Amino acid sequence: MTEEKTHHPEPSYLVDTGKYKGLMAWLTSTDHKRIGMMYMYAMMVFFVVGVLLGELMRLELFRPGQQFYGPQTYNGLFTIHGIIMIFTVVIPGLAAVFGNFSMPIMIGAKDVAFPRLNLFSFYLYILGAAIALSSQFMGNGPPDTGWTFYAPYSIQTHTNVVAAVFGAFVLGFSSILTGLNFIVTMHRMRAPGMTFFKMPLFPWSLYATAWIQVLATPIVGITLLMIVAERWLRIGFFDPSLGGDPVLYQHLFWIYSHPAVYIMILPAMGVITEIIPTFAQRKVFGYKAIAISSLAIALVGYFVWAHHMYTSGMSPTARWIFSLLTFLVAVPSAIKVFNWVTTMYKGSIDVKPPFLFALGFIFLFMIGGMTGLSLGALATNIHVHDTAYVVAHFHYIVFGGVGFAFFAAIHYWYPKMYGRMYNFKRANWSFAFLFAGFNLLYFPQFIIGIMGMPRRYFDYLPQFTFGMQLSFFGGILLLIGIVLMLTNLFSKKGAKAPDNPWGGKTYEWTIPSPPPVENFEVMPEMGENEQPYDYK
Amino acid sequence: MQTETVHITPYRTYAWVLIALLSFTFLTITVTWIDLSAITVFVALTIASVKAYIVLTYFMHLKFESSLFRVFVIMVLAIYVLVIAFTLSDYLFR
Repeated sequence: MTEEKTHHPEPSYLVDTGKYKGLMAWLTSTDHKRIGMMYMYAMMVFFVVGVLLGELMRLELFRPGQQFYGPQTYNGLFTIHGIIMIFTVVIPGLAAVFGNFSMPIMIGAKDVAFPRLNLFSFYLYILGAAIALSSQFMGNGPPDTGWTFYAPYSIQTHTNVVAAVFGAFVLGFSSILTGLNFIVTMHRMRAPGMTFFKMPLFPWSLYATAWIQVLATPIVGITLLMIVAERWLRIGFFDPSLGGDPVLYQHLFWIYSHPAVYIMILPAMGVITEIIPTFAQRKVFGYKAIAISSLAIALVGYFVWAHHMYTSGMSPTARWIFSLLTFLVAVPSAIKVFNWVTTMYKGSIDVKPPFLFALGFIFLFMIGGMTGLSLGALATNIHVHDTAYVVAHFHYIVFGGVGFAFFAAIHYWYPKMYGRMYNFKRANWSFAFLFAGFNLLYFPQFIIGIMGMPRRYFDYLPQFTFGMQLSFFGGILLLIGIVLMLTNLFSKKGAKAPDNPWGGKTYEWTIPSPPPVENFEVMPEMGENEQPYDYK
Repeated sequence: MQTETVHITPYRTYAWVLIALLSFTFLTITVTWIDLSAITVFVALTIASVKAYIVLTYFMHLKFESSLFRVFVIMVLAIYVLVIAFTLSDYLFR
């Protein structure tokens, strides 16, 4: 712990000092911290809605046969669950919230390079989410294609696909602009003396993420517009009856949507890389290897998209090329895991809630990653493609990985964001429920997937009942964990937070909690011998 | 941070670029009247590439910027080429 300052002359960013007061002051603010917080509140609402939709699916699947609603409703539910969770929660995810809140401070800047563009990105995010959600209430009913909008079904279905697709298109623009903003910020606004290889590793992960956002997102934008053009103008891009190729859609969709997995997971890895050295009080092991592995994941991750398509009728040549590339991308991911574990070795570990969530991340991400290898191998993929095994795998990555890293990040930076602490005991309990609930929910899906339970099925054979019921109870535990966590964080004010409650070494822990509007009273400079993780 | 010199492009250069782009557009339309059979797409893409090069070089100031920007553009083009190549590994070997 470092000494606590009691008096800070500059007002915090939470105090309205501008032209407007209250809600308007927030909605018109170009302060990166406020924009990050607004993303967080919006994302939490979407996340809770997405979780409840997921629980509704688990309820229906409690027993074989129809329980509460029919198959069309089920199809609509998994589609909107996917759209909400993917496009409005995990893709913007940690980058939009903690990238905005923490990254400029961590590199010693007053704000991002284009603050107004940043606010515009937030409004595009809200607009895109509103359009996507409006698909539930307009036209011929909620879309039933799944979040992937696979052609030719997405061309032929009478449900309201166009609104959902257009919403995703607008959300893509928000993502591109945020990525662009972050790239320029990290190139132009680092503190004097902070070379790229002295930059903290969370900004490094955001830098790699930002490049994927800028380079990959336009492809899905165009692809989604091609669906709209095909539905409205009958141009034959993807529908064979119009002369199109449905596999082309899958190529174009996954050229974005696989790198999108790295848009989600790279900032998550960055957060874990901040938390582990702080709570082990040890210099991060293999700084350069972690930094470069972020770029390597971004680069190789760009070229593995067709591993989603092994059973779609691709050429055998393409299948083995993409399988090989998929195995290659596991290497930089594993480098990070080895470095995290080695950083903890002989460290003075302080098991506080952010560290617990970070450990949870490593455990769950490893299970997600290792099962990803069996999916990346051509021979095993044939057996488990489109089964519950895949559902379990990607939830271990997206929820176990990104979700738990998000929870870790919020518990880590919460004192900085609000200037208040939270109750550690309750946070630990929420972790216990979340971790146990998560595994009980998704691990049985691996088993029933291998047994042959297909994904996206409304009904199932009796032999899958036990696994489905375990998942249901896991879902309940998970829900209790989420309620515990949110009430702990947001229901009442905790004790005043010191400036550096965890003994962190990066710049955000050198400024007041909560930070002043322009972050630094004196702009920081990095000395020649200074390093970002200078623990003794 | 390094200090930079700002390059101001004269109007005359922009005028020449505009004339060049209009000429290439005219050329694009003209070649559609000629039957080039197998190389039709190749010719259309070549003209489009030249136009893109002019836009990048002059309108987007690549000619006057630091080499970092050129590296970024080359990186993007390399990724684009790789994406096409990997996609063709499906279409050419089916």
